[in-house]
Amino acid sequence: MEAFLNSDYIKPMPYLLEGLVFTLLITFAGLFFGFIIGAFTGLGRLSKNKFIYGLSSVYVEVIRGTPLLAQILFIYFGLSQLMDLNMHKLVAAILAIALNAGAYIAEIVRGAVHSIDKGQMEAGRSIGLTKNQTMRYIIWPQAFKRMIPPLGNQFVISLKDTSLFSAIAVGEMVYKAKTYYATTFTPFETLTMVCVLYLLITIPTSIYLRRVERRLDV
Amino acid sequence: MIQVQDLHKSFGKLEVLKGIDANINEQEVVCVIGPSGSGKSTFLRCLNLLEEVTSGEVLVDGENLTDPKIDINSIRSRVGMVFQHFNLFPHMTVLHNITLGPMKIKNMSQSEAEAVALPLLEKVGLSDKAGVYPDSLSGGQKQRVAIARALAMEPKVMLFDEPTSALDPELVGDVLQVMKDLAEEGMTMVVVTHEMGFAKEVCDRVLFMDEGIIMEEGSPKQIFDDPQNERTQAFLSKVL
Repeated sequence: MEAFLNSDYIKPMPYLLEGLVFTLLITFAGLFFGFIIGAFTGLGRLSKNKFIYGLSSVYVEVIRGTPLLAQILFIYFGLSQLMDLNMHKLVAAILAIALNAGAYIAEIVRGAVHSIDKGQMEAGRSIGLTKNQTMRYIIWPQAFKRMIPPLGNQFVISLKDTSLFSAIAVGEMVYKAKTYYATTFTPFETLTMVCVLYLLITIPTSIYLRRVERRLDV
Repeated sequence: MIQVQDLHKSFGKLEVLKGIDANINEQEVVCVIGPSGSGKSTFLRCLNLLEEVTSGEVLVDGENLTDPKIDINSIRSRVGMVFQHFNLFPHMTVLHNITLGPMKIKNMSQSEAEAVALPLLEKVGLSDKAGVYPDSLSGGQKQRVAIARALAMEPKVMLFDEPTSALDPELVGDVLQVMKDLAEEGMTMVVVTHEMGFAKEVCDRVLFMDEGIIMEEGSPKQIFDDPQNERTQAFLSKVL
């Protein structure tokens, strides 16, 4: 037991778990705002209003067409310079995940809503519901079910993406690992444990999602 | 109940309706027949503005649908529609499918709405299906639920868009029976159909459409036994 606890694999764990807290915090907070952004932008991509459609499309294309690392640096350093403020790292990180995932979630939302048979909208309208009511009571609940599996995938992607925040010294798991092995010279053991911790989250999530997918039959 | 004057409808460059004039009186059952692509369904869908009218006038229950200030949702709640593919809401139980309209549009409580819905379910012979989801119903049962859903809004007119075309032949009878009962109760109905038997037996008047216009209209007897128009004769010789 003593030997196990003193092994180079276990010794970094307190640091890594501290980092994991930030990793999860950034992921959940980022995806929460990302979903709000994505829901509006996704519906914007389905809008007949050319301005709303155009704005949503530009956002989605810009985010999907540029690397996340560049987006992170742009938000943390670029925006801080432009607006002459000192953005908190954690705010920058959550903002970056929200804006990045928002674009991908927008496509998930757009696809799911688009996949609902147009007879559903017609049926809702024909009993006298407004467009918004039909959206809310009929289209959205059905579309949301279809969004669950791809949203789960986005969760896994965004979780892994948080490792890029080590570039702006946010104390998430990879950054904690780097600072740890810089003094202990045990990068192999430390990074092995980083990967194990990521996998402990991502693999069960994937298995769970596959089950949900089968149950929803979508 | 419904007055249509010089109704035109185009999809892009394609003109589907080329000037339709029609009157549908209260308590009248009017069948619309004709070859596919003749514009029957489009005509029907113009009567509750599921299709935007290109030009002409459509008056329903005294209100002009082509008036831009019209409250279309209020009109639609008075005009029931039944679709070829049922379009039931798959995420709601049969009962909830029927109560949704009364609850959201007429602001009824759930128990008030159920008091409307349950007798309608009984009327279409599906009382025992109130709690199930549409997926577990046969096509004929789905269509009867769809009729009950439309009736729950207490419409003044019912529009049927090929209500039996997507059904297996042995399921058609139940749906037609429900429609027949409805006609006998005095519901105003416009039915786009390929069921010539139904048209003959139940309709007060038959409109024959082809190439975007009403080619011929008359009583079922006139149309089926003594058609005047060449097109009508050709069509009927193929389907009868």
